[in-house]
Amino acid sequence: MNVSAISVVYRKELTEWMRDRRTLISTVLVPLLAFPLLMVGITALATVMIGKAEKEVPKVMILGGEDSPKLVGDLKRLDTLAVVPYAGDWRDQISNKQIRAAVEIPKGFQVALAEGATPTVHVYFYEGEIKSSFGANHLQKAVEEYRNTVVKDRLAVKNLPASVLKPFEIKQENVAPPEKVGGASIGGFIGYAVILLCLTGAMYPAIDLTAGEKERGTIETVLSSPISRFDLVFGKFLLVFSASLVSAILSVTSMGTSFAILGHSHLMQNSSGQQSLNLQLGPISVVAVFFMALPLAVLFSAVLMTISLFAKTYKEAQSYLTPLTFLVVIPAVASVMPGVELTPKLALIPVLNTSLVCKEIITGTYHWNSIILIFTSTCIYAGAAIFLAVKMFQREDVLFRS
Amino acid sequence: MIETRGLTKVFQDKKRGAIRAVDNVSFVCQPGQIYGLLGANGAGKTTTLRMLATILEPTDGTAVICGHDVIDAPEKVRANVGFLSTATALYPRLTSQEMVEYFGRLNGLDETTLKKRVDEIFNRLDMNSFRDRRCDKLSTGMKQKTSIARTLIHDPQVMIFDEPTIGLDIMTARTIVDFIRECRQRGKTVIFSTHVMSEVEKLCDVIGIIQSGKLLAEGSLAELRVRYRQNDLEEIFVQVVAPYQNNSEA
Repeated sequence: MNVSAISVVYRKELTEWMRDRRTLISTVLVPLLAFPLLMVGITALATVMIGKAEKEVPKVMILGGEDSPKLVGDLKRLDTLAVVPYAGDWRDQISNKQIRAAVEIPKGFQVALAEGATPTVHVYFYEGEIKSSFGANHLQKAVEEYRNTVVKDRLAVKNLPASVLKPFEIKQENVAPPEKVGGASIGGFIGYAVILLCLTGAMYPAIDLTAGEKERGTIETVLSSPISRFDLVFGKFLLVFSASLVSAILSVTSMGTSFAILGHSHLMQNSSGQQSLNLQLGPISVVAVFFMALPLAVLFSAVLMTISLFAKTYKEAQSYLTPLTFLVVIPAVASVMPGVELTPKLALIPVLNTSLVCKEIITGTYHWNSIILIFTSTCIYAGAAIFLAVKMFQREDVLFRS
Repeated sequence: MIETRGLTKVFQDKKRGAIRAVDNVSFVCQPGQIYGLLGANGAGKTTTLRMLATILEPTDGTAVICGHDVIDAPEKVRANVGFLSTATALYPRLTSQEMVEYFGRLNGLDETTLKKRVDEIFNRLDMNSFRDRRCDKLSTGMKQKTSIARTLIHDPQVMIFDEPTIGLDIMTARTIVDFIRECRQRGKTVIFSTHVMSEVEKLCDVIGIIQSGKLLAEGSLAELRVRYRQNDLEEIFVQVVAPYQNNSEA
């Protein structure tokens, strides 16, 4: 290994990389902007949309109820509902968003109640439509209040206190610190995002430095120089690895900043003005996530280079790497699924293991045995991938495939 | 000096099986001499030269360049070789000077020597007007000059040219031909492949005619004329190659 030769290759590749708009976009701009746009943008948009839906007084329709004036009267008196006159096409009106929901009061409802029967009131809404759901909730709440009044009246008639129906209270109390609650919610997502950006950050430099060189005809030029194949591959690998790391660092930093902004903004506050979710990433968590992503970045860089080298052109390499993206995305997504937890077996599956351990680290849980196992196994995979990349660079049938 | 001894290269093809691209080729090229490897497309010229430049490894036989074996000491061979072909392109995002400096550093030149060599070559090839221009913005002629500067930066004793004028306009091709001639004047060992007869007639001290990977005839132009009783090189070439051409087509 000639460190000076490796450094010459690295510096040259770095110069070219800094001048390549495509790779700069994928390595620098995407990680920097993806999180603020995704997190802050989507959260803000969702907050605005939900707030708007909550503030709206929903138009609702009462179906039937001519013989139940008490309930109908209660519903019509509410400020939170705008009752519109009955129309036969009420189902279409809900679908077309002309009204948000409808309540069906069965025939003889008031009489049936008086006789002690249990009639059913139906609330109709359009599932998946947020404003319709809010309208249905308002209706449901109003009908429930009416039901509570009926219960109270019945108890009063029999001289029984309201506590007969509720002899004691049940209250759930959270013992987890707020940052862990936040971490549990977002931990999986962070691991997933860092892993994906490590991959995409390395992808374009890996293609450019291998298939790109073949396509441009510069591979023969550099192979005619005295540098050894190992030094050449290692110099190139270091650049791809740097790109992956830059991507990871920028994504973690950008994510931390986005969460800090979100955490202190009114967007994450509940109706009582308290913060509903603590989304702050501590510096130790950030460093730990970054540290765990290191061997994975090595693995990605070497694998991407090895696969890209088979291709004759940039486009061909892109088509080879698309399935690899799925191979990375699937385990990364699996780790975000509820109930998927780190086990010794899962700790040996690359990508999934790192994603799962990042999830734990964000919540402040450090299982050192798992961390060591994951770090070591990923390092071994990464070493094997580098070895394979060097071997590929020594194969004439790969370098001069026609 | 270049000396090849039974140089052979066999490629494995899934459909066609083993292909002997170069078959037992032996020749010697002395310093201050231009050896012209003349052959049709697919004759084995590029493969031979790639083996000499150690880009490909021989399947059998070997070659010794400046006392170094291409199999045992490929890096030492490359340090003594300047390789130029139309396939040896430039890095588009580097400037002309950066390109030449990169290859100087790869050849182990220290920064002081490198600067001196770059200035010297850029002056000699009249390249100062575009030394800071990116290679993807250079004209074909400028690119060729940059490629020449890249091969010269470490002052190699052996120059290998693989069809260096193919696809170039007359003026750019002329620059290359003049450069090859200059290499001989400077006492370098030059090997040069082409299928352009006029270039061979103008430049080469020794001509090797290659077909189907085999070196079929070798000698100076005068010797070949006497041996084949033809004055025109093209006629000599056809006479030498025709029997093998029919065989390879059959």
